[in-house]
Amino acid sequence: MSQPIRVLLAKVGLDGHDRGVKIVARALRDAGMDVIYTGLHRTPEEVVTAAVQEDVDVLGVSLLSGVQMTVFPKIFDMLRASGADDMIVVAGGVMPDEDVVSLKKMGVSKVLLQDTPPQTIIDTLTRLVEERGAR
Amino acid sequence: MGVYVPSVELIARVQAGETAAIGRLISRAESGLAEARGALARIHKLAGRAHVVGVTGVPGSGKSTLVSGLAQRLRTGGDKVGVIAIDPSSPYSGGSILGDRIRMSDLSADPGVYIRSMATHGATGGMARAALEAADILDAAGFGVIILETVGVGQDEVEIVQASHTTVVVSAPGLGDEVQAIKAGLLEIADIHVVSKCDRSDANRTLTDLKQMLTLGTGGHEPSDRAAPVIGTSAVSGEGIDELLEAIARHRDLTTDTDAGLARRQSIAEFRLRKTAENLLYDRFNAAAASASAKLAGQLMRRESDPYTLAEELLSTTLEREGDHERDVHSKSA
Repeated sequence: MSQPIRVLLAKVGLDGHDRGVKIVARALRDAGMDVIYTGLHRTPEEVVTAAVQEDVDVLGVSLLSGVQMTVFPKIFDMLRASGADDMIVVAGGVMPDEDVVSLKKMGVSKVLLQDTPPQTIIDTLTRLVEERGAR
Repeated sequence: MGVYVPSVELIARVQAGETAAIGRLISRAESGLAEARGALARIHKLAGRAHVVGVTGVPGSGKSTLVSGLAQRLRTGGDKVGVIAIDPSSPYSGGSILGDRIRMSDLSADPGVYIRSMATHGATGGMARAALEAADILDAAGFGVIILETVGVGQDEVEIVQASHTTVVVSAPGLGDEVQAIKAGLLEIADIHVVSKCDRSDANRTLTDLKQMLTLGTGGHEPSDRAAPVIGTSAVSGEGIDELLEAIARHRDLTTDTDAGLARRQSIAEFRLRKTAENLLYDRFNAAAASASAKLAGQLMRRESDPYTLAEELLSTTLEREGDHERDVHSKSA
C-alpha cells in the first residue's frame, strides 16, 4: 500500500498573497497528494516545526515579497538542527535569476517560478520524492 | 535523517521526545509498513499513561479552534499536549488538504505541543486508520494529554467514542431546532457537550435545547452529576475554556479506577482489536479479489447469475487464495 506524498505549503512573513499557493494546493490534492497548508504570515521557526512534526516529504515555501535570501538560510539551519535534513525543500513565487542560483546552492531542490504550469509542479515533486527513495 | 533508519531504532528517540523521530514513526504507522510492526508493538507496551480526549462535531462547528484554546490552557498546567487532527481525503483523487493547523497557529511556537494532521484515506467513522497508533507514539513520548480531533462528522459517525477516554461533542448555534437535539447518533455519545461561538446571539437557544434534551424523561429533575454537562464556549472572549477543562478533569476522575472506567477501557480495547482485524481482512480481500472480481462482474452484468451467488463465489475464491498464501509462507519458512 503506497502512501500519498505529503507536502507542507507555507507562506512566510508579511506577504499576504495566497491565491497562487492555494491553486498549487488544490492541484496537488487533485494529483492525490496530502497537502498541509499553514495559512499566512508564518515565521521560519513555525514552518520548520510544523514540517518536522508532520514529517512531510516536501516543504514548499511560497514567496512573493522578495525575502527569500533571508528566509531560506534560516529554514535550512533549523531543519539541520531538528535532524530533518532529508526533507525536500522547494521554493515558489517571483524571484530574480541570481537568487535562483544562490537558493539551489543552499539546498533548494527546485525553484518553481510564477509561470510554472501546475502539471510541471506535480511532476517535479513526484520525481524528487521518487529520487529520494524510501525513508 | 538521511539514510533509512530502522523503526526499532526510533523507539528510544521517541521516548526522549525527539520531534523528527516521532514524526517519522507516525509516518511509518500510517503507511502500514510491515517493517514498523515490531516497533509499534513495543510502543504499544510503553503507552497507556496519557488521557485521550476526543473532539467531534459537524463541519465548521469550531473543533480546531476549540482544540487550540484547550491545548493552550492545558500547557499552563504543565502537561505536554499532543493533537491529532483528521481531515477528509478526496474520494476522487485520494489526495487531501489538511487545514486544521491554520486554526492552531497560536500553538505553533510551543515545543510542548505536537500537532499532526492526518487524512482519512478511505476510513469511515470520522477517524483515520493510524490515529490510535499515532496516539500511542505520542503517549510513549511523554505527552500527558492527547486530543483526537475527528473530521467534520455527520449524524452517525461516532467511532471516536470507542477511541477516547473522554468524548467532547461540539455543536454550533443556528444549525437546527430542539428536535435535532433529541435525535439518535452523535449527540448521544457525548461525555461533555460544548456549544461553540457563544458570542453569537442565537447561542442561548442551542444551549437551552441541549440542556432540555438531557432532562427529557427524567421527570423534570435536574440531570444527575453523571449526565453530560453542557458548556458554552467562545474563542473570541475565551469564555468557557476553564469550565471545559474542569469538566474533562472531573470525567477523568470518574473513569479512573472505577467500574465505569474499566468497562470503557475494555470496550475501547475490543473495538481497536476488531477494527485492526477488519482492516487486515479488508486489505487481504482487496488484494486477492482484484483479478477474480472483473470476471465475476461480467457474469453479473450479463445477468448470468445473481449478486449473492457471485459474491459467495468471490469470497470463497479469495479465502482459498489467502489459504494458499499462508501455506506458501509456512513452506518457505520451514
